[in-house]
Amino acid sequence: MKAFSKIFVIFWKDMLTEVRTREIIISVLVFALLVLVIFSFAFGTGAEVTELAAPGILWVALTFGGVIGLNRTFAVEKENSRLEGLMLCPVDRAVIYWGKLAGSFTFMLAVAVVVTPIFLALFNLPVFLPRLALVIVLALIGFAAVGTLFSALAVNTRARDIMLPILFLPVVVPVIVSAVKATAPVLAGSPWGEMSTWLQIMAAFDIIYLVAATLVFEFVIEE
Amino acid sequence: MNGNHNLRNGILWGLGFVLMIAALYMVFAYVPTEKHGGIVQRIFYFHVPVAWVSFLAFFVTFIYSILYLWKRETKWDAVACASAEVGVIFTTLVLITGPIWAKPAWGIWWTWDARLTTSLVLWLIYVAYLLVRGLTGEPSRAARYGAVIGIVGFIDVPIVFLTVNLWRTQHPTTIIFEGGLTSPMLATLMVCIVAFTVLYIVLIIQSAGLKNLEAEIRRLRIMKAE
Repeated sequence: MKAFSKIFVIFWKDMLTEVRTREIIISVLVFALLVLVIFSFAFGTGAEVTELAAPGILWVALTFGGVIGLNRTFAVEKENSRLEGLMLCPVDRAVIYWGKLAGSFTFMLAVAVVVTPIFLALFNLPVFLPRLALVIVLALIGFAAVGTLFSALAVNTRARDIMLPILFLPVVVPVIVSAVKATAPVLAGSPWGEMSTWLQIMAAFDIIYLVAATLVFEFVIEE
Repeated sequence: MNGNHNLRNGILWGLGFVLMIAALYMVFAYVPTEKHGGIVQRIFYFHVPVAWVSFLAFFVTFIYSILYLWKRETKWDAVACASAEVGVIFTTLVLITGPIWAKPAWGIWWTWDARLTTSLVLWLIYVAYLLVRGLTGEPSRAARYGAVIGIVGFIDVPIVFLTVNLWRTQHPTTIIFEGGLTSPMLATLMVCIVAFTVLYIVLIIQSAGLKNLEAEIRRLRIMKAE
């Protein structure tokens, strides 16, 4: 098998598990919606609030939802020694990383596809914003790249549920800042020029962390 | 510990002591008070060297983390971990001395400027580093996890700096150095930087030495148990 088809097998395993157990997507989705609703109560939803706080609210919901989802991706592997089974596969450790990464990215994307239109409707913004899709895809690749690495690491520590957010959130600060700054012009209907820098930063972050995490992942799950 | 080590440590301790005394004398007696900044500006001679040492410390952690993953010798990890500990303490000092100076100088405790925010994010990353090490039971696993975070976390520094710089740009250096640095000020700053760097080296040697001894005790205990 080529590396790509091996990655796909691991990815497909996660998809099948999710379809059968419905453990991750639904619960993360409900959590992200709750974050949106709580923030709407906290800030109100007037026009001036929308302009100032709406991009931040969307990204808090997607980031916190993302952390919870990422935490689950390796937590489920700890049950019934599934991680050992995965490590016995005759594949490179980087293949496991990319398989899990593809799974985490898909889960987060599925959540974002539902949460974002609801967010736009709640704040009376135009619901169809294709440029926002680009921002979300770039940011979620960064989240998945860092999150998959740290989630594999966090499951083997004590206090594992709190360990992933503590590790993950400071490292993805550049992605969160860029995503918020790139979302604001989309919501305001401003031209591409205002968001291009932030898209470039996210793309650079994604590439750097995909490469770095691929290189160091083998040290996280060896034994 | 052999004689060479003891001699080297003695020289470093002595050098650190002399330099610290010299630094204190220069900061409080020698250097003239800066025209615009007033007396509080003297905290600059602690703030900048401490900030320099914290970045140096995390860079050392980064290099020794790579060495550890490559060579797998405990001594590399001992230095990486010791350096991260010292780095966290020094970053904490940066985050304390900064606001003490900022309040009288700018009238605010904190601003989301690139340097301040990067220091804060760095502090958070390396506190997480220490937490993970503390909460990972097995020493060799803790060392591997530490090395991975030490590498991945350090790569973030330039990206965070660049991002925050574009996000909020309030550049403090121009406000601080309105008249530029006069030569007594520059001399004082240099002595302080060297003094704190020597302090850093002394702390690292002590802390890494302690960690190596701990690893040795663990090894002997395991041998005895077998």
